[in-house]
Amino acid sequence: MTAILDVQNLAVRFGPTLAVRNASFTVQKGETHCIVGESGCGKSVTALAIMNLLARNARRDAKSIAFAGQDILAYSDRQMEDVRGNRMAMIFQEPMTSLNPSYTIGSQMTEVLRRHHNTTRDLAEQRAIGLMQRVGITAPQMRLGQYPHQLSGGLRQRVMIAMALMCDPELLIADEPTTALDVTVQAQILRLLAELKQELGLGILLITHDLGIVARVADHVSVMYAGEVIETGRTADLFANPSHPYTRGLIDCVPVPGKIKPGEALGSIPGTVPVMKDGFSGCAFRFRCPQASEICTQAVPRHEVGPNHLVQCHLPSRQGGAQ
Amino acid sequence: MTRFIFRRALLALSVVMTVMALAFVLTRLSGDLAISIAGPGSTQADVEVIRKAYGLDRPVLVQFFDWTRLALTGDFGNSFFFKDKVSNLIGQRMPVTFTLGFTGLAVALVISLPLGILAALNENTWIDRLVSLLVMVGQAMPSFWLGLILMIVFGLQLGWLPISGTGSWQHFVMPAIVLAFTAVPALTRLMRSGMIEALGSDYIRTARAKGLSRSSIIFKHALRNAAIPVVSIAAVQLGFMLGGSIVIETVFALHGVGYLAWESISKNDFPVVQAVVLVLASIYIGLTLVSDILNALLDPRLRGA
Amino acid sequence: MPRLKELGFVIGLVIVGVVFVAAVIGPWLTGHDAFAQNLNARLIPPFWMEGGSSQHWLGTDQLGRDYLTRLLYGARISLFIGILTVITSGIIGTTLGVLGGFYGGRIDDAVLFVITCRLSIPVVLVALAVVGLVGSSLTLVVTTLGLLLWDRFAVVARATTMQIRSLDYVNAAWCSGCSPLDIMRHEILPNISSHLMVVCTLEIALAILLEASLSFLGLGVPPPLPSWGLMIAEGKDYMFFSAWVIMIPGIALFTLVLGMNMVGDGLRRAFGTQVIK
Ligand SMILES: Nc1ncnc2c1ncn2[C@@H]1O[C@H](COP(=O)(O)OP(=O)(O)OP(=O)(O)O)[C@@H](O)[C@H]1O
Ligand code: SF4
Ligand SMILES: [Mg+2]
Repeated sequence: MTAILDVQNLAVRFGPTLAVRNASFTVQKGETHCIVGESGCGKSVTALAIMNLLARNARRDAKSIAFAGQDILAYSDRQMEDVRGNRMAMIFQEPMTSLNPSYTIGSQMTEVLRRHHNTTRDLAEQRAIGLMQRVGITAPQMRLGQYPHQLSGGLRQRVMIAMALMCDPELLIADEPTTALDVTVQAQILRLLAELKQELGLGILLITHDLGIVARVADHVSVMYAGEVIETGRTADLFANPSHPYTRGLIDCVPVPGKIKPGEALGSIPGTVPVMKDGFSGCAFRFRCPQASEICTQAVPRHEVGPNHLVQCHLPSRQGGAQ
Repeated sequence: MTRFIFRRALLALSVVMTVMALAFVLTRLSGDLAISIAGPGSTQADVEVIRKAYGLDRPVLVQFFDWTRLALTGDFGNSFFFKDKVSNLIGQRMPVTFTLGFTGLAVALVISLPLGILAALNENTWIDRLVSLLVMVGQAMPSFWLGLILMIVFGLQLGWLPISGTGSWQHFVMPAIVLAFTAVPALTRLMRSGMIEALGSDYIRTARAKGLSRSSIIFKHALRNAAIPVVSIAAVQLGFMLGGSIVIETVFALHGVGYLAWESISKNDFPVVQAVVLVLASIYIGLTLVSDILNALLDPRLRGA
Repeated sequence: MPRLKELGFVIGLVIVGVVFVAAVIGPWLTGHDAFAQNLNARLIPPFWMEGGSSQHWLGTDQLGRDYLTRLLYGARISLFIGILTVITSGIIGTTLGVLGGFYGGRIDDAVLFVITCRLSIPVVLVALAVVGLVGSSLTLVVTTLGLLLWDRFAVVARATTMQIRSLDYVNAAWCSGCSPLDIMRHEILPNISSHLMVVCTLEIALAILLEASLSFLGLGVPPPLPSWGLMIAEGKDYMFFSAWVIMIPGIALFTLVLGMNMVGDGLRRAFGTQVIK
């Protein structure tokens, strides 16, 4: 298996606020990698940082962001434009507002293909119709001439997915694609993403705050807390052997482990995510951690607790685990 | 959509009726019209003759309905001073005012749209602040004073343009610039805020995620949405400008409707005053109607409704 | 008030403050009478120009009246008209806007209709017509402008009242049996007053500008009162030879209006008021 995306030590700051700190994870080809965490922990910012779509007041730093073996960190704006929408596509949390109200669905879908590939309008429309059928949009021919306001939220999100697939991307970043939709539509969209991954060999980076979704669709999970990836591993390993007190807390919040239903949100751990400012050191979770101790105010080491299963916590070393 | 236009038109019509009543009342404010028409030094007998001749001896309501009935057919009576039909006078002067208004609006748009976009693209930088400063200065500049300064500089010192009158297209240059100046601040602000809002929206993030070029994002995706309110406000702004042309036409002695209004006000020529108020107000009302319909046509979300 | 310290706001405040003080005490300090003519000393240029005199810092006008004194007196007239106009229009506009926003429904429809009618009337033209047909005087100018310039008050008052009406404490007041009038006076007005302040400053600037336009056209403040607009009109005949005659009152007018607008703009940003025009 080869990595389609490898992020090493990503950090994003808005002025003195550290939205993402030292985040590292890898997405393999043909697999779904979930990033999970509470609201405000920096999931969207991480996704936008990979796409280089951050707001102007943001500063991005990283050791490397390798996409299909290439370090895109060093890419110029023009080079990045050629990658975005083409080899790396993204769908957003807000289907209602993510399409331009002034242009037809057809115009917005064909535009991306014509931007990156030399093709005629007709061919682009053919492809759009094909993909709309694939993502389960009925009467695609008619939809081409419609405006976003004429479509329901679920349809719009399907349009967004079809649009993201127009150029056959190698990586699809989906930022909570189902949060704004009702439960049945949610399930359909998730099934669709899983099928697409199989069919097209896509790497999917799926962002969610819903452990139920993680359990159902993820091959690999990274848990984020206050801007850091505090545990990452294969889904089965992580659920079988959650090694970070925060991950354990999350899983314990769900009534019957293994029988997790979609729609079960996180956040039943007492306390809230602190906002990270310059000069913070030690473990960010120590204010809510039942196992916190003196040493937790010091820089936290990363341990390998299993194959491809990393955790960032003092516990393993305290319990005698080797560095 | 048709329902919307119908209801808007009905509203416009009732506003016109109200303004008619106001225009009528306006000229009765000066007290006894017969005396002011007769002028100083006239005898009681003269006044009585005039009162009869102009039908001013009839009850006010009768006078009003009479005037309304005729006004609706385009007959505003005769001017006391110009000894001509008011409708002729206005008809002759209207092209000048319209030329001025449209040129002024065109100049204003040419200046304010790029300025607004420029400020929005450079939000909170010195460029943005410079544009805000310009807007502030524009708002505070008395139009008649600006007109006089232009006269001194371009008319007298540089000798490029005629100082006043209506003869040629050159006569319209300075008035149009001054008139444009009155509309630039509002249009620039609107363009700036519309563009900032559009640029910060989710669909622009989508466009960027699609790898579209910067120019396509700005000019295709953002501008289209930001321009909708500006285009429709431009129609309203034209109405304001026609109303404001009275000052500028007077400064430059440009013989349009505004100048006519000023002359007739100074001469107590009330049928002309009434008619000009009514005509300018009706044009404004018509333009706001156009503006609303334009807005609905340009925005696909409203088009279907 | 997070951003009141902004530079623009401070500059505006200083300008308005200086003009205000100058208007109140200035005319007494120059040692001249604003109305005293001296036909032997006509159109003396300001002191920095050739032929200027230390007697008359800003020179004299076409009737030999001291220009500085008239300018300072003109500031009084501008501020007087600006403030009185806004008091009148503020009362009219706020009443209409609060009623419409508070009651909604039919009453609001009526208020909207009145606002629409008002907006369709060309202000300068109607003000000119009234003053021209009735006869020019300071009181009439104030009354006319006051009766015309209430639209923004009404629009802002209506919008902000609507926002506040739905808030909890207003509902609480309803429940505790307060009369509508009490609620409007004690709950609504204090809460929309900051937004009305913004409109006030912007509207004072507009009134000053309009008064100058009317006076310039000879249908505003009657001579010999030294309104800035009138001073520019009177200087018009001499402007090609002595441009300073129109530059001095023009710059004064421009600066005061600019200062007022800067104050208004600073307040608008601080209070987050939406002023639609
Ligand atoms: N443009 C911005 N300017 C300043 N701070 C920002 C900006 N965008 C995000 N942040 C900060 O970064 C942090 C992470 O935000 P992010 O949107 O990534 O959260 P999230 O994990 O996606 O949450 P949610 O589940 O609510 O979408 C937040 O605390 C937020 O305050
Ligand atoms: S480092 Fe300490 S505080 Fe942080 S999670 Fe581990 S045990 Fe808890
Ligand atoms: Mg998010």
